[in-house]
Amino acid sequence: MLIDPDTRSDAMTEPTASTAPAAATPSPTRTAPSDRTTASWAGPLAVFVAFIAFWYAAPYLFFSGREWLLPPPHDVINVGFIEGMSFGQLWALVKMVVSDVVPFWSIDPGLDTSVVFVANAEATWLSAKVALTGLGAAIVLGSGLAMAMSQAKWIEKAFYPYLIALQAVPILALVPLIGSIWGFGFFSRMLVCVIIAFFPIVANTLFGLLSAKKSHHELFALHGASRGTRLRKLMVPAALPAMFTGLRIAAGLSVVGAIVGDFFFRRGDPGLGSLLDKYFARIAQEELFAAIIMSAALGIGVFAFFGWLRSRVIGKWHSETGVG
Amino acid sequence: MADSSQGRIDLTDKPALTFDGVDMVFPDGTHALAEVSFDIRPGEFVTVVGPSGCGKSTLLRIASGLETESGGAVQVDRSNIGFVFQDATLLDWRTVQDNVELFAELHDVPKDERADRALRAIETVGLAGFEGHYPQALSGGMRMRASIARSLMMEPPVFLFDEPFGALDEITREKLQTELIRLFMDNGFAGLFITHSITEAVYLSTRVLVMSSRPGRITADIEVPFDYPRSPELRFDPAFAELSGRVSRELRDAH
Ligand SMILES: Nc1ncnc2c1ncn2[C@@H]1O[C@H](COP(=O)(O)OP(=O)(O)O)[C@@H](O)[C@H]1O
Ligand SMILES: [Mg+2]
Repeated sequence: MLIDPDTRSDAMTEPTASTAPAAATPSPTRTAPSDRTTASWAGPLAVFVAFIAFWYAAPYLFFSGREWLLPPPHDVINVGFIEGMSFGQLWALVKMVVSDVVPFWSIDPGLDTSVVFVANAEATWLSAKVALTGLGAAIVLGSGLAMAMSQAKWIEKAFYPYLIALQAVPILALVPLIGSIWGFGFFSRMLVCVIIAFFPIVANTLFGLLSAKKSHHELFALHGASRGTRLRKLMVPAALPAMFTGLRIAAGLSVVGAIVGDFFFRRGDPGLGSLLDKYFARIAQEELFAAIIMSAALGIGVFAFFGWLRSRVIGKWHSETGVG
Repeated sequence: MADSSQGRIDLTDKPALTFDGVDMVFPDGTHALAEVSFDIRPGEFVTVVGPSGCGKSTLLRIASGLETESGGAVQVDRSNIGFVFQDATLLDWRTVQDNVELFAELHDVPKDERADRALRAIETVGLAGFEGHYPQALSGGMRMRASIARSLMMEPPVFLFDEPFGALDEITREKLQTELIRLFMDNGFAGLFITHSITEAVYLSTRVLVMSSRPGRITADIEVPFDYPRSPELRFDPAFAELSGRVSRELRDAH
């Protein structure tokens, strides 16, 4: 499957790309669809089974005498996702999300945080809010800066060294400073995400904006298009594929940023970072593994969302196989 | 000849495009054009042949205003010029319909009108039914048709072509040549068409200009007397072969 010439580097776009208006994407190089669908779930399933088997075996293979370090998967599932859960609490979690998402409407959802899954889900939601707000701010600021930089070489040159510097400073070195200036609340956590997500967005957006061909620019020039028109109708659309590449990297990083920031600040509402730290300190391995699974799910969710968005927005005209 | 092209060539007309002693030296010192003079009247279709690198594209770019001549003078109304590049230069994110509408959009033509005109142009170039397709899903020939439709819908009095069929296969190329002749007959623009194919030059045009290698100058201006519309069979006519031979000789002498 890996050497299938038609395998795209991005599995996320695959399903939606093929459900896009059929006429727009002829696929002469496709192998028979049934082959592909079989192969696409059989491989991952086999790896998953092997992984679970390894998980069960690992404590006895590597930590004999300290098997508790790696609790078996069913214990993790039980403690982290099932124990203490009720429909009432599931409903409370839904209310938590809804009251946060709908503006000017807040209710006390009545969460019982002694239930591990409820505590983990609440923390995941908090981290998700931090990551997504930070990412949103990074998108607005980053693509704004990239657009300014695309308008003149001197603007690009003026900013680039500082972007490289920002990118080079390890985020952990900045976290204490941010905390001491802006405190340990939502804003500081979000700022960590903005900083970590900023560079890939600026760099990729700029690359995309400058990727419009010279002959395309001339086409617009021939018809007297203004700079603004050219930016709107040529450079920005041409930049979209690269922007989505940057976005996906930035999205992953902003989740990392949210957890790292939280891990360090450890105050205020506990996000995933504080929770991981708490479980670690208590040697609560089942809870710890469950929280790790939740963080992974958050990362995957964000990644998948942007993959989906990408194929919604540009899937019809841009394929990563680079046809055309 | 005047009769056969429906009387549209009227030599008393003012030229639609005039080059008068045009010189082009690029800032890096490359001398691309030397003393280029010619004019094209409405209803004339002029082709330019010359070895690659001789300054043919530069000539078109100066005509369109993308480049400014360093000497001499060019006279043309630049408010509406058709320009078809060697690659189709379609915008990937626009459907055929939206690509064809682009120029009208840049000139603020109202939505309904431009949609209408685009549809007609798409039909004219034989792309009816493909309005909703994205460029990625089109063959090279279809993309070139869309590119021609995009300029055609502006009904430009002067139409420039820079080796538009150079990258296409022989069959597609001949088909598009036939259709370009039909477009020319129906629309009566002044055409300036660059090519490095002698057959293409003779087949399409009312006049062939031969250019020497750099710095490009015009070394021959050859009338093509065949009637329009021209049948594909014309390419095998002895008179056609003879004229092609003459262009070929001029090209060799020009080096
Ligand atoms: N912007 C430029 N700056 C310097 N030299 C150029 C530029 N554009 C074209 N040239 C040179 O001018 C000559 C003619 O180019 P061009 O008009 O593209 O030739 P053709 O289209 O006949 O192949 C070539 O030698 C080319 O390298
Ligand atoms: Mg050229």
